[in-house]
Amino acid sequence: MARIAPLTAVGLLALSTPSFAQELNALVWCDHTDPALVAPFEEKFGVKVNVKEYEGTAAGLAILDQSQPGDWDVMVIDAVDVGRAVEAGKLAELPADQLPTADFFPELVMEANNRVGGKTYAVTEKFGYNTISYDKTKVDPADMQDMAALTSGKYDGRIGIYDYYLPVLGIVALGQGMNTADINAESLPKLKEPLMKLRAASKQVSDVVSSQTALATGEVDIVVGGGEWLTAVLGADNPNLDWTIPKQGGLRWAQSIGVVAGTTQPDLALEFVKYIVSPEGQARLATASCYWGMPANAKAGDALTAEQKAVLRWDEQPEFLKRAQLYPIPDAATDTAMQDLWTEMLNQ
Amino acid sequence: MGWGLVAPALIWTGAFFVLPFAAMVVLSFAHMEGRTVVQGFDVGNYVRAFTDWTMVKALVNSLEITAIVTVVSLVLAYPLAAIIAFRVPARWQRLALLMAVLPFWTSYVVRSYSWLLVLGQNGVVNKALLGLGLIAEPLEIASTRTATVIGFVHFFVMLLTLTIYANLIQLSPNYMRAAQDLGAGRWQTFRHVVLPLTLPGVVTGAFLTFVLCIGDYITPQILGGNTELTLPQLIMLQLGRSGNFPLASALSVVLMGVVTVAYFLSSKWLRLDRV
Repeated sequence: MARIAPLTAVGLLALSTPSFAQELNALVWCDHTDPALVAPFEEKFGVKVNVKEYEGTAAGLAILDQSQPGDWDVMVIDAVDVGRAVEAGKLAELPADQLPTADFFPELVMEANNRVGGKTYAVTEKFGYNTISYDKTKVDPADMQDMAALTSGKYDGRIGIYDYYLPVLGIVALGQGMNTADINAESLPKLKEPLMKLRAASKQVSDVVSSQTALATGEVDIVVGGGEWLTAVLGADNPNLDWTIPKQGGLRWAQSIGVVAGTTQPDLALEFVKYIVSPEGQARLATASCYWGMPANAKAGDALTAEQKAVLRWDEQPEFLKRAQLYPIPDAATDTAMQDLWTEMLNQ
Repeated sequence: MGWGLVAPALIWTGAFFVLPFAAMVVLSFAHMEGRTVVQGFDVGNYVRAFTDWTMVKALVNSLEITAIVTVVSLVLAYPLAAIIAFRVPARWQRLALLMAVLPFWTSYVVRSYSWLLVLGQNGVVNKALLGLGLIAEPLEIASTRTATVIGFVHFFVMLLTLTIYANLIQLSPNYMRAAQDLGAGRWQTFRHVVLPLTLPGVVTGAFLTFVLCIGDYITPQILGGNTELTLPQLIMLQLGRSGNFPLASALSVVLMGVVTVAYFLSSKWLRLDRV
């Protein structure tokens, strides 16, 4: 009897848990590597989630190009690049009726991005802003309401630029009164001079970790392109770090998740997507250790603490959403021109 | 029998160096149409590598940084190796060498980020200088070429110390005694006896420093603050951001060409068996 009981328990567990393969392979951004996010899913389904980080859509698509069908099951991707991935045949259709998009912040459903040809290929999971992060004890917070202050000379050598061309060029465009949707090969040259001026006023152009380090150590006092994703994880140690959306506006970033075309375990992959966009998964993703960001699912608010919501500026989202524009979505030629301009700026 | 013994090495080299390199050369002549790689024979990537100022400047930056790092590392490493070989008692030399290679035990990335903190405005260096009253304002070291050079030198001094020490320790003391018996002073003995005999080790270490430094991406990326681009950073931008594999391949072939030129320039003295 003593031997039968555990076996019965195992049998019951097997019956109650869907029979899935042992491993799920996910191509993700660094927030998904947080064990606190992935472990509950692994425990529930008795699987191991293997995560691989990538940076930049081009790199993610290149990894898929070099892989065999079935190597990858789910993929996190910049929401504005979902169409690009679908065009390349990398994402599988999702059953829209199984996704809780009715609970999402309306602006974050992003059907224009996540749906292609009337079919849903991805679902928004997290969003935030690329604007201006700063140390409020070292700069005048009132100055941060106007982008012109960045190149006024007052903060020369105290500015860091986030090393990602799309949001920063978008911010520069907003500073020039240009909408991000209007950036194209013809209008791009107008951004060169203000970009170079911003570069001349800055001390460094750096990735996420280096930008956080620079702001936390006082190496720079302002990070252009920053936002809650940059300062939230530092807030506990340094409450003086803050962020704002200046009067010219800011950019809204959003990441989506989808099932990779050719996966050999579409049901498990879909379960992972559903877990990520569930209120519990969303709360864990919003506060993941690599970087914080707003959950797309508004019901995640019930699973977040008051302190966490304060850091995320939960109550200010309606106003922020009104003032933020989406990332530029350049065509191939404009994308190349934007990257060339960015490279020129780095090496000026 | 002989071929049987070398076959594994040949197969390994063929599979993991010759074939990938050949594939890279072929890809370097392809070009992009939109976001698609189109195979063919197009020298446009090479033309761009040598005419686009951004690319040329990245190559120049790489060569300048590598030259500075190699020279500074040599100047620091030779006396250190000589002290360990000639001044430190034999029984302590093992410990001294162990101390010399300690930096190798740390993760390269962690070491670079650590340097970023050390060299920062509120880092140890600036605090010490301010505390001693030697400077009034913090020095701008982090996120500069100087920071990149310091990070590199910290690593390569150790590598060079080992290669030069390996040569110095093989040098018979009789050579120095003979030179001094013939009336040579310490400087003349060093200039005409010790240095020429240890030159193969020096050149070998310098060549390894050159190769590892010019191809390094991590140190300039973390410590340089993107205030200037090196060739490996430019290659990574093409791979990670643009997905422009043909241009990245062409730039990699150029980098390989630079290393090959360095090899031929130093081959007269190069003794890789001394490492």
